[in-house]
Amino acid sequence: MSILGTRVMRVEDPKFLTTGGVYVDDLRDPRLDGAGHVTYVRSVMAHARVTVDGSAAAALDGVLAVVTRADLADLAPPPVPLGFIPPALGRPWLADGVVRYVGEPIAAIVTESRYAGEDVAELVSVDYEPLTAVVDPRVSATDETLLFPDHGSNTALAFEAGSLDGLFDGCDVVVTQQITNQRVAPVPLEVRGTACVWEGDGDDARLTLWASTQSPHGARDQIATALSLDPDRVHFIAPDVGGGFGAKFGVSVEDLLLAVLSRRLGRPMRWTETRTENMLGMGHGRAQLQTVTIGGSRDGRITAYSLDVLQDSGAYPHFGAVLPFMTQLMATGTYDIERIAVRTKSVVTNTAPVVAYRGAGRPEATAAIERAVDMFAAEIGLDPVEVRRRNLFAKEAFPLTTQVGAAYDSGDYAGALDKVVAAAKYDELRAEQQRRRDSGDTKLLGIGVSSYVEITAGPEAGTEFARINVKPDGSVVVYTGTSPHGQGHATSFAMLAADELGVPIERITVVHGDTDLVARGGGTGGSRSLQLGGAAVHQGALETVDRARELAGDLFEAAAGDVVLDKARGGFHVAGSPDDVRGWAEVAASADAEHGLIVDTDFTAQGATFPFGAHVAVVEVDAETGKVTLLSMTTVDDAGPVINPVVVEGQRHGGIAQGVAQALFEEVRYDEDGNPQSTNLADYAFPSAAELPDFTLVDMATPSPLNPLGVKGIGEAGTIGATPAVQNAVVDAVAHLGVRHVEMPTTAERVWRAIQDAREGAK
Amino acid sequence: MIPAPFDYVRADSYDAAAAALGEHGDEAKLLAGGQSLLPLMKLRLATPAVVVDVSRARDLAYVRDDGGVLAIGALTRHCDVARSADVTAHAPLLAHAAGSVGDPQVRHRGTVGGSVAHADPSADIPTALLALGASYVVRGPGGTREVSAADFSTGFLETVLAPDELLVEIRVPSARGEAWGYEKFTRRAIDWATVAVAVQKRGGETSVALANMGSTVLRAAATEAALASGAGAADAAAHADEGTEPAADVTASAEFRRHLARVLTKRALVAAGR
Repeated sequence: MSILGTRVMRVEDPKFLTTGGVYVDDLRDPRLDGAGHVTYVRSVMAHARVTVDGSAAAALDGVLAVVTRADLADLAPPPVPLGFIPPALGRPWLADGVVRYVGEPIAAIVTESRYAGEDVAELVSVDYEPLTAVVDPRVSATDETLLFPDHGSNTALAFEAGSLDGLFDGCDVVVTQQITNQRVAPVPLEVRGTACVWEGDGDDARLTLWASTQSPHGARDQIATALSLDPDRVHFIAPDVGGGFGAKFGVSVEDLLLAVLSRRLGRPMRWTETRTENMLGMGHGRAQLQTVTIGGSRDGRITAYSLDVLQDSGAYPHFGAVLPFMTQLMATGTYDIERIAVRTKSVVTNTAPVVAYRGAGRPEATAAIERAVDMFAAEIGLDPVEVRRRNLFAKEAFPLTTQVGAAYDSGDYAGALDKVVAAAKYDELRAEQQRRRDSGDTKLLGIGVSSYVEITAGPEAGTEFARINVKPDGSVVVYTGTSPHGQGHATSFAMLAADELGVPIERITVVHGDTDLVARGGGTGGSRSLQLGGAAVHQGALETVDRARELAGDLFEAAAGDVVLDKARGGFHVAGSPDDVRGWAEVAASADAEHGLIVDTDFTAQGATFPFGAHVAVVEVDAETGKVTLLSMTTVDDAGPVINPVVVEGQRHGGIAQGVAQALFEEVRYDEDGNPQSTNLADYAFPSAAELPDFTLVDMATPSPLNPLGVKGIGEAGTIGATPAVQNAVVDAVAHLGVRHVEMPTTAERVWRAIQDAREGAK
Repeated sequence: MIPAPFDYVRADSYDAAAAALGEHGDEAKLLAGGQSLLPLMKLRLATPAVVVDVSRARDLAYVRDDGGVLAIGALTRHCDVARSADVTAHAPLLAHAAGSVGDPQVRHRGTVGGSVAHADPSADIPTALLALGASYVVRGPGGTREVSAADFSTGFLETVLAPDELLVEIRVPSARGEAWGYEKFTRRAIDWATVAVAVQKRGGETSVALANMGSTVLRAAATEAALASGAGAADAAAHADEGTEPAADVTASAEFRRHLARVLTKRALVAAGR
């Protein structure tokens, strides 16, 4: 019987739960002995001209260096994070006369001791000559104050699809709403950290750099490019990584600088940021201002939809500037809408850069259309589930290409909606809601629904590397180019190899995160790992079996075609002669007595995949205080066949929790001068288990035709489905009072004000 | 997130602490459970030259029934107050409030005296003690004095404590068998109160204390007056925010805090049988 689909407990967990992982800050590699400790002096103003004087700090005992932009004048600026970001909007190594957000590194201090760094940082003199801070992206879009005069505009990128001409002609009903998809913080448990050492001299010098990243090979290439090195001269290692959520894809300028400082000072270097630095500087997610307009007929058919996105990219455009492209690609969601138009613009502001964050552009698309559909349903007085049913793409329509150009591989959106509605006992919830409203209960019930589809391992068809090494002792090492940081690849990928090789998972080790050990790889992000990296392991295992049958054929003096693998016994025999079995150890040793059998492979998918699902959220709203309490979440998250339910449930739980967090709690706020208001976890309302109910997860598995496992990504689904379901539930709870929309996070005060405003409006 | 340099003095008894304070005066800061001071030091919002660690001064950690008055040593931890049989019998409002401070880790490190002396207007312990009519025993080189909870805090994080004085004991007149109510509004379970209301009945009188409605914990004087003249809970609670000056911050506007004070006061009064 196949191990796939069974509840194998995660092999990585005993370590994490007992002795703990080894994160960058825990490294005790002897090569790091005597390392200098780097502390960054960060801007306390959002937009200003700065002059820096580090001489007083540099003169102190224990200070190895105080480095400013002037000391790095010989270096070309680091490359922009993505090729299509205009180079004029690139960031300097350290602030180059102007700071553009609070938290921007101005100087790097290197001290003998970690503890001295912050004391010395206080002695670096920075003179600020304030410039107008541009915090609101709507103000930025006017170009009145240019953040980068050389670029001539505050707009970094713009995308569009569809025509606005006559878009809503013939609609009985048209509803429009401005929606803020607020800026949130990724908050990985492990903050950023880096350590590095150079070995060898001159052209032979080689850098070993450890950093907390999701993409070691990409990060290695980033460093090589920034330092004008051959990639072979960089050995990049991602040790255990305590969460990334998209924000740790690649490395940041603070990481890159360590390599420079280490080279110049001739010492190993270490840097670990503080939580406040992480909240200020790692980057934030979402940050879109949206205008949705939806039109259709009174009987519930949606015929036209437009989405306008103003993306706040923050000070130096990063992934965030590109996210509207993904929002545009997923704009139509699960709905077959005849006419659709999307306009997006990404502008710079004097705030921290916006980066990829769990979902990265797709949650924003889903939030927009799911609020729009609910408002349309409210306008025509139809149940939101019924309106959705009348507009979903039909199961028979797949594969299909949407009006905005997304090639959906497979799906059954009505099936997912029907399942979740049944599991949540939707009709009973509606009856209970009515009972409470009729009785004048101040604890109002709200029921929110979302239907979603997203794109994983896209937008282009992806590729990933795997190596299968069967050792002469019969054990197996699987090398993958993905880079797990909580996802459980050590378990899932071992299961995939075990399933084809007939080797128990206890004898399989998964290696990742080290560019000297793994030839190439795309890292982990965008929910790509299983469908690309897992498929590569699967493909590599099949190729390994083929190769082993040839080797066994030589041992048996038989044709490879006559040799079969008996997975139950973990060995090979000639068809018809099951008694003479040659085990994996013997066969692998026959390939190479020292290294065993090694097979490298690259899997290339036929295209991106489109997981989908539907969520039902139930909230209770205290009509007197506005406080929202989440009572239940019931979800269908269909990402195709499940390799390990334990791992998939964990991904769904975490995603749902983060999706709920955006709907109810979290918001990164800046004041009008660009001063951050939420730089620690007391001010930033990051929820805990105490704020969350148990989640009811409903199974559904619709295979993708685009990879041999039929799998899609599950890592981001929860954040995509949960946020609009919860927001819709909050609005639904108070809809009978005349409330049409409540912005996220739907805090008590916002809900209370919405109720007050509706009462005022009704007078 | 690394404190500025400081000297550390460990004081394992009241006498040792008094000696250390006598030596260092206003250069020194007392460290009890560290749940307020250490975060402030890590953010460099507090930069004491000397930290006097009194957390091991167990002679100041006790709960005693002192003949109709509950005597609680200043270094008694929240968790020990919350589950003390004496506190539960004589001042169940305080036991409840202590059980709702922060999270379990905070309650196992933080001390009630530390909370009172820190004088954060959003804290549970001083709010409950104000409603209970507690008094605080303060000892210094000039002797011992007793300050009523109403007179103790003079402003945001400010108290009548002189630099060389220690808060050593909290005295709570028994409220055995009396009704009480406590309503705390937070964004998350671990948060400080956005607003909290403590109600304690005693004899025919009702005390109402408010957290986070000004720079110190406050009595809701207008509500108490309305109750004294026979108003019902809803009518009296409508005056709860009178005379207060709540702050606006990322958690709530001043207007919303006023609204919450009224709603929570009504609920706490109803819970206390008013």
